Amino acid sequence: MRRPIGFQAKQPGRRTYLDGVRAAAPIGVAALAFGVSFGVLARAAGMGRVAPVVMSVTTFAGSAQFAVASILGAGGGLVTAIVAAVLLNLRYGPIGLSAATTFEGPWWRRALTAQLIVDESWAIAQRDDGRLDRHLLIGAGLLLLVGWTTGTVIGTLAGDLVADPESLGLDAAFPALFLALLWSQVRERSRLLAALAGAAIALALMPFTGPGIPIVAASLACLIGARKQA
Amino acid sequence: MSAIWISVIVVGLATMAIKAAGPLLLARRTPPPRAQAALEHLAPALLAALVVTQALGGDNGGFTIDARLAGLAAGATALLLRAPLLVVITAAAVTAALVRLVA
Repeated sequence: MRRPIGFQAKQPGRRTYLDGVRAAAPIGVAALAFGVSFGVLARAAGMGRVAPVVMSVTTFAGSAQFAVASILGAGGGLVTAIVAAVLLNLRYGPIGLSAATTFEGPWWRRALTAQLIVDESWAIAQRDDGRLDRHLLIGAGLLLLVGWTTGTVIGTLAGDLVADPESLGLDAAFPALFLALLWSQVRERSRLLAALAGAAIALALMPFTGPGIPIVAASLACLIGARKQA
Repeated sequence: MSAIWISVIVVGLATMAIKAAGPLLLARRTPPPRAQAALEHLAPALLAALVVTQALGGDNGGFTIDARLAGLAAGATALLLRAPLLVVITAAAVTAALVRLVA
């Protein structure tokens, strides 16, 4: 049946952090390249050399960081930049909820490992049963954090030397990654319905809301799962 | 403090809090079965929304049709042919790059 995805080919036994690193390696290349372009944009926007790198380590969310740099660079207001970034990152509310039962240990450790959640690490850590693999999430998240931050450093120091990631088509790698990971999830009818409803909600809202909101609203499609249980 | 650093600190703290909220609120509590079932349907719903927004989203909201869509179509084709993830991602990127080169 549908088992096209290399690293999801089922091997018995537990996944390790290294499996997460390996699984994230291809998309890590794209994260590195976009880290470079964030560094270039942030530098051009007058953010200096240190602030963009601090932001990549702490915020660690590409779209929100691009929004802040481009709004500040275009002379937009501080409040506008902050609101845009927070709206873009609101999706990590539902994403974090879906990952919640994966984490272990005292509160500070759960809060700390939750920082490794980004769209790509969360997507890579999906198991076929709808839960998440903590080792895959942490391994993938660490690799992406290192790649994204390293890229940012390179971008602020020597951005002109690196090609534009969009001319390399790397922006198309992200939807393809999410589609590939979705693919292995929708064998069950109710999950396929949730995916279709989520896509429909996002499509319907995209023309009317700022970026960020459509993804948050699409999470409501998970209620299809609750109905099934009833 | 400059606007730059205020935005870096505020956005950083807000993002950290948002990411940690779920894992802290639901810690060690097994949700009731219906809530658990809903949680298990969050991933497909969010992944599908990410596919749509990443392939079609414009910089300031709305839609932008560009080479990403051709890349996604190539990735989907690779998936149908049961190619491994690396091939799917590479097919999408190479196709988008070629479309931009030609267009």
